Amino acid sequence: MSKPTDRPARSPARRSPVALPGFLQRERIVARPGFNRWLIPPAALAVHLCIGQAYATSVYKNALVEHFAVSQTAIGIVFSIAIVMLGLSAALFGTWVDRNGPRAAMFTAACFWVSGFLVGGLGIETQQLWLLYLGYGVLGGIGLGIGYISPVSTLIKWFPDRPGLATGMAIMGFGGGALIASPLSRQLMSYYDPGYDGTAGTVPNGEAVAALFFTFAALYLVFMMFGAAIVRVPADDWRPTGFDPSTVKQKALVTTESVSAANAIKTPQFWLLWTVLFCNVTAGIGILEQAAPMIQDFFRSGDTSTVAATAAAGFVGVLSLFNMAGRFVWSSTSDFIGRKPIYMVYLGVGLLLYVALATIGNSATWVFVLLAAVIISFYGGGFATVPAYLRDLFGTYQVGAIHGRLLTAWSAAGVAGPLIVNSVLDTQGEPGTLVAANYRPALFIMVGLLAVGFVANLLVKPVASKWHEPHATTPATARANPERSAAR
Amino acid sequence: MSTPLSKQSTDGQSPVHTPTGLIALAWTLVGVPLAYGLYQTVKTATTLFTG
Repeated sequence: MSKPTDRPARSPARRSPVALPGFLQRERIVARPGFNRWLIPPAALAVHLCIGQAYATSVYKNALVEHFAVSQTAIGIVFSIAIVMLGLSAALFGTWVDRNGPRAAMFTAACFWVSGFLVGGLGIETQQLWLLYLGYGVLGGIGLGIGYISPVSTLIKWFPDRPGLATGMAIMGFGGGALIASPLSRQLMSYYDPGYDGTAGTVPNGEAVAALFFTFAALYLVFMMFGAAIVRVPADDWRPTGFDPSTVKQKALVTTESVSAANAIKTPQFWLLWTVLFCNVTAGIGILEQAAPMIQDFFRSGDTSTVAATAAAGFVGVLSLFNMAGRFVWSSTSDFIGRKPIYMVYLGVGLLLYVALATIGNSATWVFVLLAAVIISFYGGGFATVPAYLRDLFGTYQVGAIHGRLLTAWSAAGVAGPLIVNSVLDTQGEPGTLVAANYRPALFIMVGLLAVGFVANLLVKPVASKWHEPHATTPATARANPERSAAR
Repeated sequence: MSTPLSKQSTDGQSPVHTPTGLIALAWTLVGVPLAYGLYQTVKTATTLFTG
């Protein structure tokens, strides 16, 4: 495509410590005038639809428990490692992603994500659990982190007029990835193991799961490389037709200034948003983690529940749909009503819905489903809106790196959410004997968390001017000297 | 679908036209798996009301 033009020569000392091949370099993917920006969302979706598989691991969890003859916890920890690595890698490599551009990031994410499946599959095939931890957990988790943030800042730059819509589209893909991977996993495993038909109560053998991993490796390699091939970054002076940046500045909390990632984490705004994301995600995970047993327990009478196991699986499907739809709908809505107000809805209305769930959730199945579905749509919306919120507060300069650092809140919530729910339920009785009242303590803890998040969101104010980059800084020189203001 | 035109870059590069077929192909490649996932999930979700 286009060649570098108006960018100053970069100092070798400032370049990536690992020299990138030419086709991955940012300069090679600067779009020429006339490029259609609607080619960027499918590039982002190609990556997020693949890495969203991370939310579909429960499909083969029981198969791996049987195959390795270990506990549920020993297998469940694979997912936990992956989510922790997601947060760490997004935080550590965020600046690298911003500096080197989305193609290098997507390519790298694809290599890690696919390697994760290959090494994990090898671990299953040879019955070496540590290889599964190393493969899917560590390598795959690094791919998740880099892949998750790889298209975000690019989308924000291509859609300065609708950043919430842009990030909503990409991060919706992460929710959509699980929707694709769950049924596809069942169909592929039943193909590799004819004794498995995908129904409840049957599990495929380990070889089928290994074959699934290898198949996913091939499929995801193709899709993610396609995304890397078509992605482009806008020229520094590019604007959508009819877009006037000064109209953006008129909105409350929205800045046209730039704040570096190193400085952003020194501001109260970053940690307030960290708290907001942590509280919103922890509360959402509280329902997601326990969805199927929870709906059965809420409508349990004695030893039996009026909600059958197949209906409970349907409830998980409903939540998946609302999780995905919330990412797109709420994030797009935030472009019109503003980021702070939409988080007041996620956290404030979410809090009230949680209270309703705890008190009247067991009055009728439709009430329970409706309340839980809207709560989960807020959970998804919180993920999708946060990059646009960061862009409003800190500008587009290093928004990818700042987003990466903020995702450590997700990792922390991924540990805290299940821990809170499971430890509370452990004190209430044995699984299979719990009723709605046993969930109330955990649900009210979530109410408290949402209240903390609500207050944190209320406290968000514009970033002080002392953290702004000097005006002489252009995006190109900023990328060449990413750390120059870090010591401020 | 809007087709925003970029402002002429300061380097004087000649404008390009992104083929509509390429955009359609890209959206189809991500849209078909997503439609499959949505269909399968809606099918599963209906068991909440039927079974």
